[in-house]
Amino acid sequence: MHVSSRQFKDNARKAVTDDNLRQSLATMKTGFRARRGEAVAALPEFEALREAGRAMKNHTLENLDHYLERFEAKVIESGGHVHWAPDAEAARRAVLGICRAHGAKLVTKGKSMVTEEIELNAFLEKNDIESVETDLGEYIIQLRQEQPSHIIAPAIHVRKSEVADLFREHHAGLPADRPLDEPRALLDEARAVLRERFLSADVGITGANMLVAETGSTVIVTNEGNGDLTQLLPRVHVVVTSIDKVVPTLEDAATVLRLLARSATGQPMATYTTLATGPRREGDPDGPAHFHVVLVDNGRSALLDSPYREVLRCIRCAACINHCPIYGAVGGHAYGSVYPGPIGSVLTPALSSLEDAGSLPNASTLCGRCEAVCPMKIPLPRMLRQWREEEVHRSLTPESARRIMTAWSFAARHPGVYRLGTSLAGRALRFLGGRRGSLRRVPLAGEWTRVRDLPAPEPGEPFMARYKRKKKP
Amino acid sequence: MTSPPPSSAAAGPTVALFVTCLADLFRPTAAFAALRLLERAGCTVTVPPRQTCCGQPAFTNGDRDLARDQAWFMVEALEAELVDYVVAPSGSCASHIRHHYPALLEHDPDMVKRARHLSKKTYELTSFLVDILGWTDVEARLDATVTYHDTCSGLRELGIHDQPRALLAKVAGLDVKELSAPEECCGFGGSFTLKYPEISGRMVTDKAENIEATGADMILGGDMGCLLNIAGMLKRRGSAVQVRHVAEVLAGMTDGPAIGEPSENR
Ligand code: SF4
Repeated sequence: MHVSSRQFKDNARKAVTDDNLRQSLATMKTGFRARRGEAVAALPEFEALREAGRAMKNHTLENLDHYLERFEAKVIESGGHVHWAPDAEAARRAVLGICRAHGAKLVTKGKSMVTEEIELNAFLEKNDIESVETDLGEYIIQLRQEQPSHIIAPAIHVRKSEVADLFREHHAGLPADRPLDEPRALLDEARAVLRERFLSADVGITGANMLVAETGSTVIVTNEGNGDLTQLLPRVHVVVTSIDKVVPTLEDAATVLRLLARSATGQPMATYTTLATGPRREGDPDGPAHFHVVLVDNGRSALLDSPYREVLRCIRCAACINHCPIYGAVGGHAYGSVYPGPIGSVLTPALSSLEDAGSLPNASTLCGRCEAVCPMKIPLPRMLRQWREEEVHRSLTPESARRIMTAWSFAARHPGVYRLGTSLAGRALRFLGGRRGSLRRVPLAGEWTRVRDLPAPEPGEPFMARYKRKKKP
Repeated sequence: MTSPPPSSAAAGPTVALFVTCLADLFRPTAAFAALRLLERAGCTVTVPPRQTCCGQPAFTNGDRDLARDQAWFMVEALEAELVDYVVAPSGSCASHIRHHYPALLEHDPDMVKRARHLSKKTYELTSFLVDILGWTDVEARLDATVTYHDTCSGLRELGIHDQPRALLAKVAGLDVKELSAPEECCGFGGSFTLKYPEISGRMVTDKAENIEATGADMILGGDMGCLLNIAGMLKRRGSAVQVRHVAEVLAGMTDGPAIGEPSENR
């Protein structure tokens, strides 16, 4: 997975002053957040459902090998094939192998974060296979040659007017002065352009929101219906997904479905929920002749025995992202990873390396809102802190910060030293605060005063000194 | 623990005040206000003399060794064995002790026992007054319009929301206006402010705008870290909104300058 998270700080600095981005993010806050809130309030058993989802997924993870093998057996039984891909390279090779075996030149794609993670499109293009995204958001960012900035709304950073310009540039042969002001017009135009691709594609690639072990079915959830066309029309359907998506039964899948759309967009159910079980059978009206599932590990099984195990419960609903104040301030691209927001800051170091992604776990106030809204009750703040501990452990944190912390710690365990220190600090800060009562600039913590004042301590000694004096007869 | 131990039921419980490092240095008035409120509520209050800081800065920075040393020191310094409760005018410090001290000290059988004991009897001020003592007899008056900021640790880790409002409702003359986006973090987060000043600045700007939009004269809260952040931003913006710890209003101690405001007799 290509990660450029080392630039997070620079990216973030630019992002906070990007007015276009701020408008898009404001819409996200009012939209996604409000709708999730209403959906949750309307379902009294939502808390119980979260608990059920958590327990179900914990059980699945405890028996992951069993359920994956069961799933594989069922896929084979229904006439499909399963490819185990330990890493991204193996996954890409598996997909290419299938495409080559069927002489594919054109591939259509439903929305899939795992294919973003393994950078499948670029790889297929390099191997002379054209790959066309069919989800509107994915289609937009493919034309813009960008990464998604959000896991369920990949083009959330793009303004409507920018999409219109993009379409005028890329969709040749249409009247230049056609009206493209309404979202509907944009969607219709994209559909018209994509329709022809759907019909001529040799292979359709989708992701999966879930894999059902008892039936060997893959489940996708979309609002545009593009996923159905992707998996039904071409002769070959390839599902590229990760091993953590498996659930034991259809009943369990229903539990996740009830949590997923509510947490994501505030819908009780997504518009389309589609199950695919093997290739077309005799008598089926439609469906692909060949059915393949590529099961990607890419670092996930290593998480099973780590402090980050619980992150494997994630159903990629994006609630944590939608409610994250950091994401809300900088948007998705700043993260430099296909998985942004709190889930991304936990997952990215695991899927790449802590060296490459180290700034991400630090880019959080640990405010806890992500955990509070996560339908699978994943303790994201604890894991962010855990990554920080690993950084300290592996001496990846700046030496200067570590020295300051050690000095502070010494003082904090020696009350005499500490009282002297606070008394001097109080005096110094009050002096610097002057008549203003607060500091515009402060030595050693200039970053604080770059954006705000530092209030000076109130007049007089610190509390402990004053209290001691008061207590004396 | 939901009711005071029987030994002290008659005389009112004994409480050790954990001042917290930020209140000690930046805002002694908040700690004196906490002391006054606890005494008015019938508690016998002591201030353990060796206390310093709960160790959260090290903990959130991922420095587990230092956080453990600090937890060890504070378990001894707070002397929880001598009192019924430990109370702090801070949600995040109380939460740190409650939720993390036992795990930090689990390697030592004796200390972990003491940490668990401490963790069970540690409370944030307003939730202690309302939930544990059932006390809301605030006899304060303030003719002002205020708004209240729910701090993240208090709100999500300790469920503090209604308690400060119940107490503020008893302050004569006070009009409480609610903030929009009340669950949004103010952008403090300790060293986050230094590591990512621009993001923190963006967040606290949004918070300041929401505060100003209420038309309140004063913003109150229960955590000094957040209050210093918010006061610093309001000051930078040249805003006239005052910032105070909620205990100051409840204890009727609002004569002195607000947080980050100049005083006449420096
Ligand atoms: S971590 Fe939780 S809230 Fe975030 S995407 Fe995954 S399931 Fe959704």
